[in-house]
Amino acid sequence: MSRPEDTLPPDLFYNDSEAQKYTTSSRIQSIQASMTQRCLELLQLPGPSFILDIGCGSGLSGEILDEAGHVWVGMDISASMLAVAIDRDTTGDLLLADMGQGVPFRAGTFDAAVSVSAVQWLCNAESSDVSPQGRLSRFFDGLYASLKRGGKAVLQFYPKNELQRTMITGAAVKAGFGAGLLEDDPETKNRKVYLVLTVGSGGELS
Amino acid sequence: MKVLTTNYITCAVKACKSSSAAFPLHFKDAELVQEELELNSDFIRNVLPRIEWPALVTTAVELGFTTLPSTKPAPEQLDEKMLQDLHTLLVETQVTEGKLVCGNCGHEYNIHQGIANFLLPNHLGINLPTPFV
Ligand SMILES: [Zn+2]
Repeated sequence: MSRPEDTLPPDLFYNDSEAQKYTTSSRIQSIQASMTQRCLELLQLPGPSFILDIGCGSGLSGEILDEAGHVWVGMDISASMLAVAIDRDTTGDLLLADMGQGVPFRAGTFDAAVSVSAVQWLCNAESSDVSPQGRLSRFFDGLYASLKRGGKAVLQFYPKNELQRTMITGAAVKAGFGAGLLEDDPETKNRKVYLVLTVGSGGELS
Repeated sequence: MKVLTTNYITCAVKACKSSSAAFPLHFKDAELVQEELELNSDFIRNVLPRIEWPALVTTAVELGFTTLPSTKPAPEQLDEKMLQDLHTLLVETQVTEGKLVCGNCGHEYNIHQGIANFLLPNHLGINLPTPFV
């Protein structure tokens, strides 16, 4: 099976019909739900929190955040996916935005961030004037700043290979995060990789 | 877009990050809806310390709400009524159509069906040596 990242940029890949297909597939719905639940489990939030959902798509993950009593803001580059989210009456605020251009929130906005199956897209540069490294660093620098001290992010992603995994993790560390990679069901076809990021609670943010 | 979110969102243009004129973004031609949602008192208590109160007052006035106290309520002032009022303004009041305008660079972010468009043309999204005006 070919990886969607290898065919088209995300705003073109997730056109109206792909967005509809993606959202109505019960297999995808249940995988997304369980991965979002896993993200929440790893975040261990003490109470109702303000959460950024990166690559929120049609709001499948947001629904889980909502059920858990959190308030979320979602960013996605696909207008078609967001249109499906509107049709599904999601409760989160939706932003048409490219995570590779940064995270447009003031410092210390969010308690936490989650992302399900999105950040590997950062490794695709769609034009010659942007590099994957540049997009990764703008994203992780912006994410780091947008989280409060002691804030956490759990990003599930599908690394294409060892290089991508290293590139993504390296960019997060360079932005200042404490980072760890967690693998569920390693060595199986259901293998899931989670990048668990923490913003130190010390004095590095003033 | 909820009033809550507008208290945290910033202009996406790099050069505006350090400008005080860039926050908060200002509403233009805003159309509002009130969506009834269950009060989540713990959430309000959680986010209130991170609310920029003067910016919230500015935004509220722009949207026609002039009854907000001029200073942020202290935690012990958060009775049931105050929590409900804050919930109504921050979470239930939403802008469905209109624009958010940056006071520094003038960039206008369109809001359509409640979705704000923060996609920048590539030349604005990247770190330019000279500030974009
Ligand atoms: Zn600006």
